Amino acid sequence: MKKSKHEFSRIINSMPSSGIREFFDLVLSMDDVVSLGVGEPDFSTPWHICESAISKLEKGFTSYTSNKGMLELRCNISQKIFEDSGVKYDPEEEILITVGVSEGMDIVFRAILNPGDKVAVIKPSYVSYSPCVIMAGGEAIELECREENNFKLDPEDLEKACKQGIKALLFNYPCNPTGVSYTKDELGEIVRIVKEYDILVLSDEIYDSLTYDFEHTPLISFPDMKERVIYLNGFSKGYAMTGWRIGYIAAPKEIVGLANKIHQYTILCAPIMGQFAAIEALKNGQPEVQEMKKEYKRRRNYVVNKLNEMELTTFMPQGAFYTYSQIKKTNMDSNVFAKKLLMKKNVAVVPGTAFSEKGKDYIRISYASSFDNIKEAMSRMKVFLEEL
Amino acid sequence: MDEILEILQKDANADISEISAQINIPEEDVRKKISEYKKKGIIIKYKAVINQELINNVSQDVTALIEVKVTPQKNKGFDSIAKRVYNFPEVVSCFLLSGGYDLFVIVKGRDHNTISNFVSEKLAPMENIIGTETHFILKKYKDDGDVLVTQQKEESRPIISA
Ligand SMILES: Cc1ncc(COP(=O)(O)O)c(C=O)c1O
Repeated sequence: MKKSKHEFSRIINSMPSSGIREFFDLVLSMDDVVSLGVGEPDFSTPWHICESAISKLEKGFTSYTSNKGMLELRCNISQKIFEDSGVKYDPEEEILITVGVSEGMDIVFRAILNPGDKVAVIKPSYVSYSPCVIMAGGEAIELECREENNFKLDPEDLEKACKQGIKALLFNYPCNPTGVSYTKDELGEIVRIVKEYDILVLSDEIYDSLTYDFEHTPLISFPDMKERVIYLNGFSKGYAMTGWRIGYIAAPKEIVGLANKIHQYTILCAPIMGQFAAIEALKNGQPEVQEMKKEYKRRRNYVVNKLNEMELTTFMPQGAFYTYSQIKKTNMDSNVFAKKLLMKKNVAVVPGTAFSEKGKDYIRISYASSFDNIKEAMSRMKVFLEEL
Repeated sequence: MDEILEILQKDANADISEISAQINIPEEDVRKKISEYKKKGIIIKYKAVINQELINNVSQDVTALIEVKVTPQKNKGFDSIAKRVYNFPEVVSCFLLSGGYDLFVIVKGRDHNTISNFVSEKLAPMENIIGTETHFILKKYKDDGDVLVTQQKEESRPIISA
């Protein structure tokens, strides 16, 4: 394509484009791929949730809602947060319904950052994290969560970043792509530093209901954290509702107010169908969430066992639906590994480099895929490794 | 319910090593538990779920649901009459119900005639049976948890995403 005579956005131009686009395009061009590369549930949304939205649609509820989202939904979310954390959020002023956590994160950064403000971002992490900071004019300070630390954030690294004058930390647990989560005690150390240096935390807890070995502890549940934490959550993962595009921000009134200013001018409101579905999900969706969680847990155990049998060192993830497996023994860079596995065995996994510059020794395997698919992929990977 | 049973109920083909890996219990223990379940009659047998509609060239079986009204027998209640009914090989299921009818019987046959004959010649004339109402199944949408009509589900989920 000919380069335009216009100079387009410098910020966007300078942003590294997702390094794995090329690999993704390659996957999409192939047939009969067994994919362990998907970042969303393989389950359909529970039927009673769909049914409830359909009946609203039939009754003609097809309008905008209030900017902040339907009050009934905000009340239900407030109730849910209270049950999970013991912390009260005012549905009128401290909760905002967004188009997924994706929008929530974007508008919070735009609401709180001034040009040049530094934000610590855990790595490896979901692909949009650093770009969101950069697009909001901030500077991302990446904190690598290393394997020797079981992929958990090293409190010392956080403290160092605090000394560099970060304004906020972008945190996520259970984590995409590592599956790492934190016990209450482990969070305590992070909380201590956050308070000592008085920074803000964007806590992306979208996988909270998929925590397998212990109870998820929301960051806001620690004393005096409500004023420092912007709690991001949504319906995509736990309820298998990615396509409905509903998430929410729970945060101090001032931040929600600023974020809502951006939201009302750029989004207007989250889709009404999704909001109705979310109301039903909160009211009656728990049994299905538990069912899906049980199924993911079995798949997790199976996949981790198989990968370790193949000597792809895989630590037992505590949540989400991913393993972050080490491929050092193959002497291949994760991009090369993923490409070869795809070309030779039609199995798709995501190279670790999608989530961190230091991800060349890792691949992310998603077990949000049917058990038959997982079995097939594992047996193909075994043969693939034997043939190397 | 025990996880082993949950897994087998969904997939009778699941093998021991697979089950063991999913629930992190040694294979030997899984094997023991399964044989115990078989011994106790908790696991009765393993069979495949077959979608008859998709089999060509085979004339399809006809299924009927039959409501049966019964006068219970002294001292034996419904059990002995139920036994006389369910022992017919044509009967694939037999339940005792609350409500207007007593027994609910599912019968399979080669065609409508076979079933009509079964009802009029064997079932209805039985002592203690005072009435029957037969409903032929026209189409099976879902049976025992499995959807049987072919659903052309467009796969909308991208095969790879971050
Ligand atoms: C850690 C994390 N945060 C946010 C998102 C986006 O979620 P939503 O569908 O709510 O926009 C994802 C989706 O993959 C994710 O993995």
